[in-house]
Amino acid sequence: MGFISQVINGLGLGSIYALVALGYSMVYGIVQLINFAHGDIIMVGAYAMFLLLTVAGAPLWAAVLGSILFCVVAGVFIERVAYRRLINMKAPRISLLITAIGVSIFLQNLSQLLFTSSGKTIPSMFDLGTLEAGSLQVPSGSIINILTSVAMMVGLSFLVNKTKIGKAMRATSEDAAAARLMGINTNHSIAFTFGLGSGLAAVGAVLYCNTYPMITPYMGGLLGLKAFVAAVLGGIGSIPGAMLGGYVLGVAESLTKGYISSSFTDAVVFGILILVLLIRPAGLLGRNVSEKV
Amino acid sequence: MNRKKVAVYGVILALIVAIYALVTGLSNAGVLNSYYSGILIMVCINIILATSLNLSTGFLGQLILGHAGFMSVGAYAAALFTLRAGLPDSIDFPIALLVGGLTAALFGLLIGIPALRLKGDYLAIITLGFGEIIRVIIINLDFTGGARGLRGIPRETNFSWVYLLAVLTVAIIFAFIHTRHGRAVISIREDEIAAEASGVNTTYYKLLAFIMSAFFAGIAGGLYAHHIGILNPSKFDFNYSVEILVMVVLGGMGSITGSVIAATVLTILPEALRDFSSYRMLAYSVVLICVMLFRPSGLLGQYEFSLTRLFGKLSGSKGNKTTKNPASGGEKGA
Amino acid sequence: MPLLEAKHLGIAFGGLRALEDVNFQLEENQIMGLIGPNGAGKTTVFNLLTQVYQPTEGTIELEGKSIIGKKTYDVTRGGIARTFQNIRLFKDISVLDNVRIAMNYQMKYSALAGILRLPSYWKEERAMTERAMDLLSVFNLQEHAESKAKNLPYGQQRKLEIARALAASPKVLLLDEPAAGMNPTETRELMESIQLIRDRFSISILLIEHDMSFVMGICQHLVVLDYGRIIAEGSAEEIRTNPKVIAAYLGGE
Repeated sequence: MGFISQVINGLGLGSIYALVALGYSMVYGIVQLINFAHGDIIMVGAYAMFLLLTVAGAPLWAAVLGSILFCVVAGVFIERVAYRRLINMKAPRISLLITAIGVSIFLQNLSQLLFTSSGKTIPSMFDLGTLEAGSLQVPSGSIINILTSVAMMVGLSFLVNKTKIGKAMRATSEDAAAARLMGINTNHSIAFTFGLGSGLAAVGAVLYCNTYPMITPYMGGLLGLKAFVAAVLGGIGSIPGAMLGGYVLGVAESLTKGYISSSFTDAVVFGILILVLLIRPAGLLGRNVSEKV
Repeated sequence: MNRKKVAVYGVILALIVAIYALVTGLSNAGVLNSYYSGILIMVCINIILATSLNLSTGFLGQLILGHAGFMSVGAYAAALFTLRAGLPDSIDFPIALLVGGLTAALFGLLIGIPALRLKGDYLAIITLGFGEIIRVIIINLDFTGGARGLRGIPRETNFSWVYLLAVLTVAIIFAFIHTRHGRAVISIREDEIAAEASGVNTTYYKLLAFIMSAFFAGIAGGLYAHHIGILNPSKFDFNYSVEILVMVVLGGMGSITGSVIAATVLTILPEALRDFSSYRMLAYSVVLICVMLFRPSGLLGQYEFSLTRLFGKLSGSKGNKTTKNPASGGEKGA
Repeated sequence: MPLLEAKHLGIAFGGLRALEDVNFQLEENQIMGLIGPNGAGKTTVFNLLTQVYQPTEGTIELEGKSIIGKKTYDVTRGGIARTFQNIRLFKDISVLDNVRIAMNYQMKYSALAGILRLPSYWKEERAMTERAMDLLSVFNLQEHAESKAKNLPYGQQRKLEIARALAASPKVLLLDEPAAGMNPTETRELMESIQLIRDRFSISILLIEHDMSFVMGICQHLVVLDYGRIIAEGSAEEIRTNPKVIAAYLGGE
């Protein structure tokens, strides 16, 4: 495969990372929580797709919408049950982190109980075959991924920057106490952020299923971890940063597979992370905040 | 040392010996079969891991997500030493453990120098990254046995060894916390800027705690390698680091007693629930979430079990001045 | 030779010049006040004196030796200790340990000697604890030695912070709004304690404070900052009648 096809495939994979990274980044921005359960939302979305398509026999568009809706509800529900109490009592952040890890273990094992640990195969979805332009061959999946992720980012930027709820989200992440004094229901903006992030993860799940039709209860683990790395790489709390981080990671991974060895991809991913953090601790597009004395 | 302190140390020593005598007695009598003693060995290894992680997470206050990485470095270093050095059996094991600990400490130094410039979650992530990289490198090297694992490690770990080392680790870390160096470490957790303004060289003490933490993780790794006999790099992944962290947080960050209890319970419980294996992890996660929701600072918080305090209460005696002698803090058994 | 001397001190954050051409001298056993409206750059002066920030220009000398480029902990060890505007105690540990941490660097025993509980450990720990209790009793805190710092009432927290700074055996003590949030009785007590510690430990004190009766009653010399520059200095009486100072406070010109 040529260099350019490698890059495009990398961008396709990176688009999935980017969509998931957005959720990590927004949640971190608003409650300073590394939501380790966020990766597992992809798994939830993937299994929702599987159930809707094979068991319920729903049409593709309904399955996609249904899966997104299910993840949004799941995200809001998890925030309400597992995190809100801790967020509002300003518990140590590590307690929140451990809770998120608990939620992650819960989701993985629940799905293993329901669907067994052997994987399920998703029926083929948007398959347009391989696109050719001259000597360049690119699987259609990568192109769909890239276009979807760009569309999502544009939509999200609009939502966060132009709408009322977007302003409430930004105000809450800037200073929750002050936002409350201004009459903003911070509980709502936090719940909305979780829902939005989970919805984007579901879109990521749909793209994932389209590209890699095999799903397992543990698929969210490493995928989530890498998406999180993407969020940190781009600068946590920054929407364009999360996208950029996702793309960089995807391309790096694809090139490592193509030119070095697939067994080194994880080392390269984390190596890039370490280098970026050491050189620009706030990430590529993040802003540096130093503590006031 | 006054007489009271001597008495406390005496009782602690007696307790430690009594537990040891009980376990070895039971296993000699055949009550404890090799399955149970295997669990007890893992309990001790996890106690070493949890208390050592507590030093950097609970006392230094830095979230570390790569503890299993240091453990793996120690495990491989120790195992390769016994396999390659060709020393007589009687002496190679302790030296191998030391080699494991020192190699892990060296990695702690190399990783700590750049990583500890970062704070909070960023430090957590970078240690996670290093942990994963160590694993990938081990998989891709030849002399570590690669992904197939390292086999044929002599199984020299027995209960006496792990028990001795668990007791030593707990004692050393506990003693360290109550020295001027330990207090300097704690001051960084409390307020780094104020610590610096109080004359504490924060960079030095962060590194010291981090390296100590890595050293003991390396020892635990060496014990593990010689207990199982086979090393598989996938064992030391992110999930194992998290498992150790959960022990620390659940027990209470900054409570060594908490780490010891949590490591014990969280090692035995999954084995006890083996018959319900499919619901086991589900229950574990629910318990974890509930404990965090209702006791966010862990089961014991920063509380330490203290014989001195216990004696004080039992004798109903002379007020708190002596029972809380600041130089001795509260001493405790393993 | 003055004990502490700043010459042409200045710092810029990005394009903003927070301090410019600041000069002052602190003599031995002197209590000097640094006053000025909010945002004048007073705390920034402290952050420069303790090398939390590096000045972009000028020099700072303690006993004739430059401290520029030193780490904060080294500056403290060299003899400049401080308190913070927003109290920064080690909240979750005992009052006594708060003080003992600042004595850490003045002890000698090694980590190994400590872990093994060698005689040097017991000896130094005992001496240090005694000294710490002495310091606490200066501020009437000895009875709370075992309480967690965060459980002290506000006024006592401020005092503890001063005790902790003194534990570092400074030659110069920097106090950032020591009387903030205190009631008149507490403020009066604090004035007495500050004079007491100056005499007892023979140190010099530079303090930032908004309470004018406090400043006028205790400081032999005052320096007034406004917009990052010194607009006046002199005795309390001189400052009180200085038209520039009045204008700065009342927002003239």
